[in-house]
Amino acid sequence: MRPIMLKGHERSLTQVKFNREGDLIFSCAKDSVASVWYSINGERLGTLEGHQGTIWSIDVDKYTQYAVTGSADFSIKLWRVQDGTNVFTWKTKTPVRRVEFSPDGDRILAVLDGVMGYPGSVTVYKIERDSATGEVLNIEEEPVFDILTREGFDIASVASWSFGGNFIAVGHKDGKVSKYEGNTGEYLDSLELHTQNVSDIQFSPDGTYFITSSRDSVSNLVDVVTFDVLKTYEADCPLNSACITPLKQFVILGGGQDAKDVTTTSSREGKFEARFYHKIFQDEIGRVKGHFGPLNYVAVSPQGTSYASGGEDGFVRLHHFDKSYFDFKYDVEKSAEAQKLMQAQGSAAS
Amino acid sequence: MSEALVDQEINLESIPIDDIDFSDLEREYNVDLDVNFDNFVVVDGAPIAPETKVPVLTKVLTKLFSQAGKVVDINLPLDEEKKTTKGYLFVEFDSAAAAQKAIKLLNGKKLDVKHRLFVNTLNDLERYGTETFSNEFQEPKLPEFQSTNYLKSWLQDEQGRDQFVLQKGDMTGIFWNRNTQQPDNVVEPRKNWSNSTVKFSSKGTYLFSYHDQGVASWGGKNFERLKRFFHPDTKALAVSPTEKYLVTLSPQPISIPEHAPEDFPFGPDSVGHQLAIWDIAMGVCVKTFALPPGQRLHWPMVKWSYDDRYCARLGPNALAVYDTENNFELVSGKILKIEGIMDFSFAPAGVKLAVNRNNELSSVLAYWTPESNNQSCKATIMEIPTRRVLRTVNLVQVSDVSLHWQDQAEYLCVKVDRHTKSGKTIFTNLEIAKLTEKDVPVEKVEMKDHGFSFGWEPKGDRFITISITETAEDNPAIPKNVVTFYAPERKDKTKQADDDAKNWKAFATVDGKFSNTISWSPAGRFVVVATLVTPDNRKADFDFYDFDFPGEKNLNTVDDVCASLKDVAHPDYFSATDMKWDPSGRFVAVWSSAVKHKLDNGYKVYNIGGETVREEMIEGFKNFVWRPRPESLLTNGEKKKVRKNLREWSAQFDEQDAMQADSAMRELILQRRSTLEEWNEYREATADIMESDYNYVTFDTTVVSISDEDYEIVEEIKEEILEEKQEEVLSFETADEN
Repeated sequence: MRPIMLKGHERSLTQVKFNREGDLIFSCAKDSVASVWYSINGERLGTLEGHQGTIWSIDVDKYTQYAVTGSADFSIKLWRVQDGTNVFTWKTKTPVRRVEFSPDGDRILAVLDGVMGYPGSVTVYKIERDSATGEVLNIEEEPVFDILTREGFDIASVASWSFGGNFIAVGHKDGKVSKYEGNTGEYLDSLELHTQNVSDIQFSPDGTYFITSSRDSVSNLVDVVTFDVLKTYEADCPLNSACITPLKQFVILGGGQDAKDVTTTSSREGKFEARFYHKIFQDEIGRVKGHFGPLNYVAVSPQGTSYASGGEDGFVRLHHFDKSYFDFKYDVEKSAEAQKLMQAQGSAAS
Repeated sequence: MSEALVDQEINLESIPIDDIDFSDLEREYNVDLDVNFDNFVVVDGAPIAPETKVPVLTKVLTKLFSQAGKVVDINLPLDEEKKTTKGYLFVEFDSAAAAQKAIKLLNGKKLDVKHRLFVNTLNDLERYGTETFSNEFQEPKLPEFQSTNYLKSWLQDEQGRDQFVLQKGDMTGIFWNRNTQQPDNVVEPRKNWSNSTVKFSSKGTYLFSYHDQGVASWGGKNFERLKRFFHPDTKALAVSPTEKYLVTLSPQPISIPEHAPEDFPFGPDSVGHQLAIWDIAMGVCVKTFALPPGQRLHWPMVKWSYDDRYCARLGPNALAVYDTENNFELVSGKILKIEGIMDFSFAPAGVKLAVNRNNELSSVLAYWTPESNNQSCKATIMEIPTRRVLRTVNLVQVSDVSLHWQDQAEYLCVKVDRHTKSGKTIFTNLEIAKLTEKDVPVEKVEMKDHGFSFGWEPKGDRFITISITETAEDNPAIPKNVVTFYAPERKDKTKQADDDAKNWKAFATVDGKFSNTISWSPAGRFVVVATLVTPDNRKADFDFYDFDFPGEKNLNTVDDVCASLKDVAHPDYFSATDMKWDPSGRFVAVWSSAVKHKLDNGYKVYNIGGETVREEMIEGFKNFVWRPRPESLLTNGEKKKVRKNLREWSAQFDEQDAMQADSAMRELILQRRSTLEEWNEYREATADIMESDYNYVTFDTTVVSISDEDYEIVEEIKEEILEEKQEEVLSFETADEN
């Protein structure tokens, strides 16, 4: 598996995303310029320029028509992907930590930092779009609702939409994970899942369950409706990101010793590797190394054929999976499939 | 005085017997004890002749009955009124044996068109005449039906394991083969189950054991006794191909005891016979044979056609073919006269002859006759029961011939050992007849030396020979055997279509061996060429070969053949005396039997790669028997499909193997299996909830439909100049001229 290095950012990567077709990659970094890349060969398609500070987060809608970025310059910007023009800018009270389109693309959630007297919130904006073309018709400047940080919770660090935009799963600085109604922002449930900052929440392809990652080196798989913990993956270093692979039953965890801690806490290698775990059996099955700083974000293409990791080292490493990746199966999986196949053929024969 | 005597009561006891003289009475009523009624026969159905013809008739009949033995007296009673004979007569022989022979020989004999003789002993006649003899038909008692367990239950084993028998000392046990694991008991090992070995029927349904009183069959899940075959001192048994009939041979001629039990299997016709054929399922004797005189015993003495319809025995200058569906009567009522017939064999399968229509299968047999005064040596292939000769192969300078059928009876190899004119050296020719082709063409393969062993690939068209090279060196320590591998030439597709003939070619040889045994896997492709311990050979060895080696480095010396030979392994087991493939062709059992020698007795099981999967050294180990299996019920197409999908399907079997090998692994696999199941259940439950509560369909991978319009193919052409040269042309004159 030879990686493609996406060199274009001058500072640490903060987020990397695939579009729905998996042919484009959107990345943002602390250098205030977001980039769009062809995933097939790693060529840069263009940049999204306009922010004045670190871009903490980027997302693209399901039509690959609009991208949204959230920055430390107290703004959220909406971009037209086709030509890279800035369509709209929302001014926010505090730096924006995370932005994400709802699955149908007509709402955007933003995680606003709790600084300067602001308690921190998950804020939802609405965009009116043409149902046929997806073209933005009208943008509401004021948010639909704010989910302000509740009593007993630390501020939110990450948030993500569930299937159909029905729920919002939020990860908090203190390790809690909470759930809100997607249309009203009503509080529904919470779990004390981690002991440290929840660094990432990413949903399964169909948005029915999600994976969390935390600085406490643990990652959890949680069902969004029941809010039951399905699986737990334990790593040996702080985790910055985790994603669920389509096609194969794996999860990818990324992280590593904080660059600033490497010199002070441990002289061992920084564990700057992407770790592959079996989603169901919870065993680690492989690692991909290459970054020379912690992995800040891992993302997998919606088709499950490639993954990209954005590192503290300023590079995006894009990997197209090999045959061995697709062939890998546990014996029990193989035998279950073999049985299914035999049954299917048996019933087909009879 | 006399009155007084009469009146006086006579006290019998008081008469002294000893004083009375009985000599006159004794003389008068003396019975000649030498006159033994066993020596008499009563003949019925003789012609009624006038008194004048009596001497002539007596003379004719005396001559006739003299065939059986010396006629002492012949008595034709006369009808006093008509002055003719009464049509019956008494014949006295000098011995009871002669009388018996006369009955056997002449009872039912037709004297002429009108007269048929009925010959009975006087004793019988007396018996038939008594009042106690009932001449009403007594219905034979049918034994009550006894149900047996399902006899093929072992084939339903979920893991498709095979069974085998181990015999050591007087213990016999049946086990499941569990690859590398300790074999599982099928039944508790039994003591003295059989007097000698045990034998499975040809498809594995029955197990036969030898006993003093005969043979017993066993079967079902727990090997219950099914039937007993009363044939005292049975020395050999054989089973017909479809498991219908059992043949037993005993050195003791059959005799009927005085008070034979009701279920005594033999009738009076069988007295003196030594060979018996039984119906296995019913346990009754269906036919007995006397051994032909002066013939060397060559087991099996009865050979069967592939479908058990016909069986045949070799006789002096004749072949007797019997129809099993017609009470074992001779086919067409007579034996087949074949001058000098040496050996014969039936095709092991039905032959689809080129002349047959509708895919009919024929029973075919082959035999050979040696050179005689005006005949050359011949091998003949004949269809039964039509006796149509399909092909005759003439052979010259022959010392010996052996017949080798390919298991599907597509080919018959006649191995001919020929001598040179001087008779000093022997070399072998192989005459291979192609049964399914028109006119049964024969192809000749000449060998340079004396081939003593031959083996067809099961279900294939390749074979192996072992031959012995003639050298001046007489030292038995020098290995002289050559193993030669043959395969048909690969047909060139570009050649004309009518060039259909198969040409066999020796494509590899291995020399300097002691090898004496060829053992093909029942599934073909793999073969073990072995040296087994015999009186001449002290050290066994095994060579595993693969005929379809997929790699590049093969042992072929010729390229254009349908084979790629590779020696797979050469495992050691120096004391091995016997070997046998399991019926599936997955394992080879080799063993050292205490019956043959007392060295390192025990057994080893190899896989087809020649790796030892199991070995056990057992003192007094005697015998290893795989339980055969019936033919697979899958069609060729289905088998092909299995082979195609094997890689995917085999995963679950690998897992089973892994689970058996290690209990920790087993735990892990079971746990993973349940984990996987839980996950799948979770996903299914989620899918249900999503659909009912949110009208949302779950999925695992985002599928994007991509049309060609979404893509643009960019072609880039790069031109690179490799070299640039500048040349100065001085004149164009020459070019102009042209």
